[in-house]
Amino acid sequence: MIDQNEVRRRQRQRALIMALLLGAFVVLVYAISIVRMSMGQ
Amino acid sequence: MTATTIETRDLPADWRDLLALTKPRVMSLVVFTALCGLLVAPEPIHPVLGFTAILCIALGAGAAAALNMWYEADLDALMKRTASRPLPAGRLDRQTALHFGVGLSFFSVLLMGFATNWFAAAILAVSILFYVVVYTIWLKRRTPQNIVIGGAAGAFPPLIGWAAVTGDVATLPLLLFALIFLWTPPHFWALSLFVRSDYAAAGVPMLPVVAGAKATRRQIVLYTLPMAAAAVAPWPLGLAGALYGVAAAALSLVFLVLALRVFANPATEPKGMKPEKQLFAYSILYLFVLFGALVADRWLLS
Repeated sequence: MIDQNEVRRRQRQRALIMALLLGAFVVLVYAISIVRMSMGQ
Repeated sequence: MTATTIETRDLPADWRDLLALTKPRVMSLVVFTALCGLLVAPEPIHPVLGFTAILCIALGAGAAAALNMWYEADLDALMKRTASRPLPAGRLDRQTALHFGVGLSFFSVLLMGFATNWFAAAILAVSILFYVVVYTIWLKRRTPQNIVIGGAAGAFPPLIGWAAVTGDVATLPLLLFALIFLWTPPHFWALSLFVRSDYAAAGVPMLPVVAGAKATRRQIVLYTLPMAAAAVAPWPLGLAGALYGVAAAALSLVFLVLALRVFANPATEPKGMKPEKQLFAYSILYLFVLFGALVADRWLLS
């Protein structure tokens, strides 16, 4: 039998990590865009 | 057994098992050599772009490691050293590893192209494909020179770091490529001498398994000589200063002495292989200090 609590726990952890990574990615792409625009490329 | 298989397939993967797929410890040497390649390039790079380039190289290496584990799950299950990895241990299914590896590969290459240039992105793509297709899928199980070919994959990071800055390659990064390429066989064969039984159990044609310990020790010395030449070469070619040149000569001499002690060692059992263990440990230090010396030399010159 699959433990539903374990499924929920893993889903929650993965969702949290995914949110943090996506947030970091947005910040990174923003920073890259600013730098590249200021270099005139 | 059936119960656990069903359970792992139906459970969402634990994020720690996905992280383990990227071989974080191997990544540290990749990140370090890539960073050195980036720092010795003749022009500066904006810190944000430099950070992104290193991140992409690390993610590319992680993607290649995940795809390597996806393909080698059957081999890993047969070796003590690797049997507890997520796939052979059954904590993750292969499909997840494949999707994770392919997704991470595309992500790292596209981000590299977007942040730096498409030439660096192309070399990154080639290095991932080389490691996964040429080394893992094609040659590892077929030839005892497998590790020589695999070494080329590990030699790409400084080249990519350099290309991320300049958009091209030059003699120095090519010499760094040659250095890591020639360093890998002595480094890895020293390890495979004292873990030989493991490779034999998995049927991987590692040189000690196929040609014996004596031939392997001779090959270690034979690769050490051109490796030392590649390490010192930037100095006489005027691509690095005396600080690097002297450090490279001294470090390579110690490497050669340790390699000769391996050559002289008649032991066939792991417990008599102290010289092999010393050479393996030293080889990692060697690469770190050598690349560090190159960066220090470049900063002192400018």
